[in-house]
Amino acid sequence: MRALIQRGVESLLLFWLVVSLTFLLAHLAPGDAADLLVSPSASGEEVARLRRTLGLDASLPEQYARWVGGVLRGDLGDSFAQREPVTRVLARALPVSLGLGGASLALTFVVGVSVGLYQAAQRGRWPDRILGIAGIAVFAAPSFWLALALVALFTTGASWWGFPGWLRLPAFGVRSPASTTAGWGAALEVARHAILPVTVLASIGAAGMARYARGIAIDLVGSDWVRTARAKGVQERRVLGRHVLANAAPPLIVLFALALPGVVAGSVFVEGVFAWPGMGRAMLSAIAARDYPVVMGATLVYAALVILANTLADMTLHLMDPRRR
Amino acid sequence: MTRAARGALAALLALLVLAIAVPPMAIADPLAIGDVVGARLVAPMAHDAAGVLHPLGTDGFGRDVLMRMLLAARISLAVGIGGSLLATLVGIVVGAMSGWWRGVVDRTAMAVCDALLAIPRLILLLLCAALWRPGAATVVVVLALTGWMSVARLVRAEVMAVRPRPFVEGARAAGVSDWRTLWRHVLPNALGPAIVALTLGVGNAILLESGLAFLGLGIQPPTPSWGNMIAGGRELIVTAPWVALAPGLALIATVLACTVLGDALRDALAGENVRTLGERP
Repeated sequence: MRALIQRGVESLLLFWLVVSLTFLLAHLAPGDAADLLVSPSASGEEVARLRRTLGLDASLPEQYARWVGGVLRGDLGDSFAQREPVTRVLARALPVSLGLGGASLALTFVVGVSVGLYQAAQRGRWPDRILGIAGIAVFAAPSFWLALALVALFTTGASWWGFPGWLRLPAFGVRSPASTTAGWGAALEVARHAILPVTVLASIGAAGMARYARGIAIDLVGSDWVRTARAKGVQERRVLGRHVLANAAPPLIVLFALALPGVVAGSVFVEGVFAWPGMGRAMLSAIAARDYPVVMGATLVYAALVILANTLADMTLHLMDPRRR
Repeated sequence: MTRAARGALAALLALLVLAIAVPPMAIADPLAIGDVVGARLVAPMAHDAAGVLHPLGTDGFGRDVLMRMLLAARISLAVGIGGSLLATLVGIVVGAMSGWWRGVVDRTAMAVCDALLAIPRLILLLLCAALWRPGAATVVVVLALTGWMSVARLVRAEVMAVRPRPFVEGARAAGVSDWRTLWRHVLPNALGPAIVALTLGVGNAILLESGLAFLGLGIQPPTPSWGNMIAGGRELIVTAPWVALAPGLALIATVLACTVLGDALRDALAGENVRTLGERP
């Protein structure tokens, strides 16, 4: 229990470091928000007044204290571009991203681990080699390129090769324009729109994860206790199910936490290409508009997600390890 | 060296030679915009109005995609190698100092490391790139700022492992200064993982640059990079898919070659703990 609390405190400290770091980065940048917000014809007095209302005339430690205090209260300031609290902008976008990311992460995990296990079973043979090269190739592709390739395939390609109706997947947006469906119909429509973005995110994630899963499985199958179990005459299926799988759980949990940042980062581009109104797109349009409060807020949310995932993974590992109970 | 690794190295060298040698031989300046109406959006393997063959077609301004792709290879490779090299150097310096002096230096460096690693690298990259003016130098610096952490950790672990060994103690006993011991005796023994990370980092840096360029935060047009070429073809994806897809294939092949080469180096130099499940743009 003490170890768990210690881990929790460490995570909070880490988050505080991230909060400080974003502040530092934002203030290292040349110019400040007031320069961006005023019109070029504004007088020096107007700029000074704006600086005062934005709290930019305060000393750096004062501004830092205000920023940390705001984060503690759940107040990330106001968006420059949209004239509303950053938290509201992010709260609108977060569910879309969580849905997209969650589905992709689940698929990444299932497909990645299955492919990795299959490769381990076929180790050194052709299926293993082909899947290995294919995995590296997919992992070498930028997500926005894969996304654009799918858009091309399902627009121009679909009419060129005459795809059947059920295969004509929508390539843009969360729902069709002027759609009036509700209830289950709407859910189905969103799901159909999600197929392409989720495919892009999950295929890249799975390609990375399969490499690790393969390595883990090969390590485990080659270990002493598996040899002992086999020598005792334990059935092969039981060896895999009871001995290998039970010991594979800890590295798999670590993998899950490791895969999260990848899906988060990929979603920024995938949301951009497929026009999904999620966190990634909010961050991109904020960057384009130089809307620093939203950019900093989104960074914090992303960092919080990653820290949370790592903390939960560590805690689960701790609880699962009989030596530490 | 395995056959795959030799192939990868050959492919990278071939790309380098092509990128340097071919663009000066082009009939038309790959950056200039000439007869837009006669030459725009020519399909791959087709001729334009003037009868010139375009193996990979032309873009919306009538510029040859293949020629621009080779020109882009120069900048993409330079930024990728430069960014990865600088990140590795910063990582080696920080890691060596942390592992050697330990104490406050170590704790501070590792705290900064942890904080930077908690933000997904791409988000950190976007944050930095958005704050400073885009351009090749910015991209290299930003890649280094966001990429040194894993190298620092690897080198720190290696330095800590080498530090108590007899030859280091011998050097210190002989009165060799700290810096010289570190430079001459410790670091050469701790470089294996850093070299692997450098090779894998080149592919990663090329990918990340393309991501930034795609968002308009990387190399700025008209200088072509693979990322901004893909970005330029984005609106044409339905009518002229080759404009965006062709540079992507060159990028994938390059990153693939870097990964294969890095993997081979890892097997050879036994840097098992070099992490490759990085995030991708």
